Amino acid sequence: MTSKTKFSWFLLVALLAALFILDLLSGSVKISVAEAIRAISSDRGEDIHREILLNFRLTKALTCILAGGSLALAGLQMQTLFRNPLAGPDVLGLSSGASLAVSILYLGTFDIIKGQSASASWSIAVAASVGCMAVFLIMLLIARKLRDNVSLLLVGLMIGAATSSVVSLLQYISNADDLQLYMIWTFGTLGALNWAEIMILGIVTLIGAAVAIYNMKALNAWMMGEYYARSIGINLSRSRVLTIISGGILTGAVTAFCGPIAFVGLAVPHLVKLIISTNDHKKLIPAVLMGGASLLLFCDIIAQLPNDIILPVNAITALIGAPVVIWVVINNKSVKV
Amino acid sequence: MIADLKPVVTLDNVVIGFRENGRILFENINLALWPGRLVCLMGRNGVGKSSLIRSIAGLQKLIAGKIAISETSDNREIPKQISTVLTERASVANMQVYEFVSFGRYPYIDWKANLSEPDHEKIRASLSKVGIVDLQDSNVSTLSDGQMQMVMIARALVQDTPIILLDEPTAHLDLNHRLEVMKLLKSLTRELNKAILISTHELDLALQVADEIWLAGSDKTISPGIPEDLVLNGSFDHVFQFKGFDLKSGKFHHAPFRDKPIVLIGESHAFLWTKNALERNGFKVVTRYDASENHRYTVTILDEEGKISWLVDDNLKQPQKTFSIENLLSIVCALPE
Repeated sequence: MTSKTKFSWFLLVALLAALFILDLLSGSVKISVAEAIRAISSDRGEDIHREILLNFRLTKALTCILAGGSLALAGLQMQTLFRNPLAGPDVLGLSSGASLAVSILYLGTFDIIKGQSASASWSIAVAASVGCMAVFLIMLLIARKLRDNVSLLLVGLMIGAATSSVVSLLQYISNADDLQLYMIWTFGTLGALNWAEIMILGIVTLIGAAVAIYNMKALNAWMMGEYYARSIGINLSRSRVLTIISGGILTGAVTAFCGPIAFVGLAVPHLVKLIISTNDHKKLIPAVLMGGASLLLFCDIIAQLPNDIILPVNAITALIGAPVVIWVVINNKSVKV
Repeated sequence: MIADLKPVVTLDNVVIGFRENGRILFENINLALWPGRLVCLMGRNGVGKSSLIRSIAGLQKLIAGKIAISETSDNREIPKQISTVLTERASVANMQVYEFVSFGRYPYIDWKANLSEPDHEKIRASLSKVGIVDLQDSNVSTLSDGQMQMVMIARALVQDTPIILLDEPTAHLDLNHRLEVMKLLKSLTRELNKAILISTHELDLALQVADEIWLAGSDKTISPGIPEDLVLNGSFDHVFQFKGFDLKSGKFHHAPFRDKPIVLIGESHAFLWTKNALERNGFKVVTRYDASENHRYTVTILDEEGKISWLVDDNLKQPQKTFSIENLLSIVCALPE
């Protein structure tokens, strides 16, 4: 490892750590570093700062890390699978599937989601997972039929387009109150998870990452194209299914708990490759996990900059991500996978 | 063919084509590849050379028949027996040559994709065998066609297989690189006892280096043979249907279109090249032994201590002396018929 790559890794880790601490300190209640240390080290359960830090800000920061890392890893795998720099978790139609299921729940005025009960948030999470998994199963079946990855990409785009239009139809015929609830869900939320939900998200992230790591030889070989990958002993259909499984559960879990967070999956692999210039997935997988976590932490910090309100995270991710990707494209003249 | 050798690849009544549309390219092919022998597969464009190579490599399904790879009955073991260089450019952005070449070790390593010291030794040995050690830190996307071809061959060598298949390895290369590639492949058969099959359009190179030529005809057959036999028995003429090219003399046939035969007197290379220039420009060239009285013009090649000059004699005026073929041509062209 050269000193330059060592520095790049140090930069990624330092960025993640700094943003994590900054995220814990930012919010409508001002908490200084000294107060934060005092609050966490003290045992008094009734300390308000301790309560805010542990049960609100820490859960949110961890959600940012898990959701950002998951989406970025899903995006990386999709871009490698399709050898297409514009692929992302949304591209397989997974996010659209989740959106469709959740929109049916909201716009169909089911009683279970009324109010702020635990059953409401869980039913949304289950609906999003079911929607994701349904599309995911369809994609798995089609993946076995289709020979090349580009056709699969096209099918994913079409499924996404079809489900989006069903959602539009539902929006058109539903009443304003239901529509507003659904729209709020589509903005994405990072602060609504409790510790139990974070555990689930964490476990899914671990499984998704484990599948991706197990599959990294195939991911590397794919960059040479399908014939060459097969000629060096890669089982194409098996590794393709593994990639879809990993991308599917990562996207599904995040969408279930945080809503359809856009752009992280698309932008992070490109941004990470600016810092660590490699196409070896052994390095890229940990790098995008950290990069995705950092980007979402950063977006969350920005979302809390206004004093009274918290901005919707989905607006921030696109607002920050889009110019950065444009800048990357202009600088490099082209985007490469 | 050679008594104590066993073929490494045997094609047994193989039918090659496309299952999707039922198009048959080759029927009932019976051929074999032998260790230490270089075979050139030749034929007109679109006859199915690439399909044959992909079929032997196990990348394209046979319509009928059987291809036996020595020492293996399991298709998953083919990557340890056959390495392939296809016409598709396996260009990977952001990857160094060394890393790219290391993909050749993938059939031998597990999912962790860790290269052992013997793996690294194989990679270094291949890079130096192909003569691209100085390129090992270059980015593959910055290489020229010729350099990339050498990298692809190095990658195939790293795969350490007894059989190497190459689809048009000399296409798009300049003469130097073409010779270099052919020389390298030839030395691999001699020094490492590899069985090598290449498809090529380079008739002149193939005739000089191939131990055997597989000539793909338009009647869905492939006739194997020693190059010289195929030349003399007219197989090449039959397949390629040369227009104005006499393979047996290795020259284009120029029909003389000027009615002023020239008697050429001279020796060795200078004689051959002068004859070539005159014939290319439509003169009928006769030697002094065939000359008769109605031959009016004589060109005599003089060699005065390495300084070559040409003497044009029209039997009327003082002979003209010139020092380049270009001037010679302008003089003889101006002569009356």
